[in-house]
Amino acid sequence: MNPRLFSATVLFLVAAFLIGPFIIIVAASLSAGETLAFPPQGFSLKWVAKVFEVESFRESFAMSMLLAVGGTAAALTLGIPASYALSRYHLPFGEAVRTVVALPIIVPGIIVGLALLRYLVVPFNFNITLALFLAHTALVLPYSVRVVSASLNNLRSDIEEAAVLLGSSRAGAFFRVVMPNIRSGILAAFILGFVTSFNQVPVSLFLSGPGVRTLPIDMLSYMEITYDPSVAALSALLAFMSIGIVFLAERFLGFSRYV
Amino acid sequence: MSDSAFLSLEKLTLAYGDTVAVKDLDLSIQKGELVAFLGPSGCGKTTTMRSIAGLLKPKSGRIRLEGADITHVSANKRSVGLVFQSYALFPHLTVFENVAFGLRLKGISGAELEVRVVSGLNSVGLTKFANRKPAELSGGQQQRVALARSMVMEPKVLLLDEPLSNLDARLRLEMRTELQRVQRDTGVTMIFVTHDQGEALSLADRIVVMLNGAIEQIGTPEDIYNSPASAFVADFVGFENIFPIENGRLRAGNGPIELAGPLPHDAAGLAWRPRMLTLGSGPFQGTVRGASFSGSAREYLLDTPFGTLKAEVDAALPAHCAGAALAFDLPIEKAAKLKRFN
Ligand SMILES: Nc1ncnc2c1ncn2[C@@H]1O[C@H](COP(=O)(O)OP(=O)(O)OP(=O)(O)O)[C@@H](O)[C@H]1O
Ligand SMILES: [Mg+2]
Repeated sequence: MNPRLFSATVLFLVAAFLIGPFIIIVAASLSAGETLAFPPQGFSLKWVAKVFEVESFRESFAMSMLLAVGGTAAALTLGIPASYALSRYHLPFGEAVRTVVALPIIVPGIIVGLALLRYLVVPFNFNITLALFLAHTALVLPYSVRVVSASLNNLRSDIEEAAVLLGSSRAGAFFRVVMPNIRSGILAAFILGFVTSFNQVPVSLFLSGPGVRTLPIDMLSYMEITYDPSVAALSALLAFMSIGIVFLAERFLGFSRYV
Repeated sequence: MSDSAFLSLEKLTLAYGDTVAVKDLDLSIQKGELVAFLGPSGCGKTTTMRSIAGLLKPKSGRIRLEGADITHVSANKRSVGLVFQSYALFPHLTVFENVAFGLRLKGISGAELEVRVVSGLNSVGLTKFANRKPAELSGGQQQRVALARSMVMEPKVLLLDEPLSNLDARLRLEMRTELQRVQRDTGVTMIFVTHDQGEALSLADRIVVMLNGAIEQIGTPEDIYNSPASAFVADFVGFENIFPIENGRLRAGNGPIELAGPLPHDAAGLAWRPRMLTLGSGPFQGTVRGASFSGSAREYLLDTPFGTLKAEVDAALPAHCAGAALAFDLPIEKAAKLKRFN
């Protein structure tokens, strides 16, 4: 087999493997049949419409949004000053902090979820929404530190000194000349954090309770009871949302530079 | 320090952690002076400037400005401007906004702001670039923005860290004239850092030669050029034949040099520029090792009993080839008398 043909074949298989499920899901969600099936039986938009009628989807979507937006915002509130300190000062435990911050990427989410449930929520009767919020913040923090650090490292530190010599305070210099220059890095971190949090399953699986459920978990439990194509419709909608966000981010920020 | 000093550094010691970069530095500068810090890389020029600007707290010693002790005054309240070697322009702001930055912080706005920024840009010839971002300017233009940004603040002292080093030869000359003009027009006290003796000699009222975190010599360009105080300074300003005096005799690497007249009793060494050697007559003999022609002059490397010497004569004189034997002299009366030999 000639090498060009070989690599083209491999490329095609990889693409088919990655995009195939997506196409199947989209097709299945447009089915007119009563159960989740591929190839779809007939064509209808009724399952897409149904997604918006299921009460629990609306609630868990709101929960997921809250966690993704709130958790990422909280992670950035912690992550921006942390990144700044790490990149500008030689801190005695700087390396250690960097490692600890990166831990949630390495440690399986299932362990984090179990640990939070077993040692925080159960013994202290800790509010489960709050626990979820903290967990998502922690999960997103490494990404925000990484991405923000990357853009801080690309920024000369002498512009802050220049601002100070022109009469600004140290803090003023941070807000006047550092923040505006890392804005696109912060936005990129936000998007990455949002997507990470929104798609998070293992931690959220443990931290669910009455009325407290993220969308992915809710979809799982919906499927246990009802095997209709509305789950496929919801998945397709979520996929389009992610693609849209990443597309806009790439378009306006050159997102791929940061990830 | 003298009462008339405008800016004075007193026993200033500067360190990064435990590494001392500048030790016991004393310096006083008059109002309106244009001073050059001249010295090799790592001698502490930038460090000294940063401490004058307030970006680096001294380990000990004092800094006074107009008589007031400003050692502990923070950088944003000193009225000292600094033009960074890297320019440090704000990348997200236009040229106009870069220059307006400090004025806005002073609470200046509206028509007055406009007038002052435009006149600042005008003085560096950049009015038509007001709406560009720094990334859309050449290095020389960026530097001029940085200069304007500091100048509109009307600082008491303006510090410039290697203002000319990143420019090509033509721009360098242009900026030189520019700096002199700005200084003359505004009368601002200016200190600039340079590696380049030619730049220091041609621009400065006074030159501070630094070595290893200390001052080697302070003087006018004429002082420094004609009467270097030490072997280091002599070498730095182009004396190439430098010998110490030990036990009352001039010493070369391999033995004493017996000169025709008595040695000055208070000198630690003597130094001759290549130009100062007499070639073709004199009590000593040398052999031409190499010759080079530079248009206006011929330069010779001579193998002599005192090691290799460098001599230079007018190009109009007949040339000598490598291997030729030549008589020469080291005239005492022309030599620079070095106070210290290091
Ligand atoms: N941030 C720093 N941390 C530790 N040591 C430093 C730091 N900055 C400078 N030094 C040291 O202090 C000494 C003086 O440095 P400085 O930057 O003042 O030299 P300079 O005369 O400006 O040299 P150059 O001509 O290369 O700019 C050097 O030995 C340098 O290694
Ligand atoms: Mg320097």
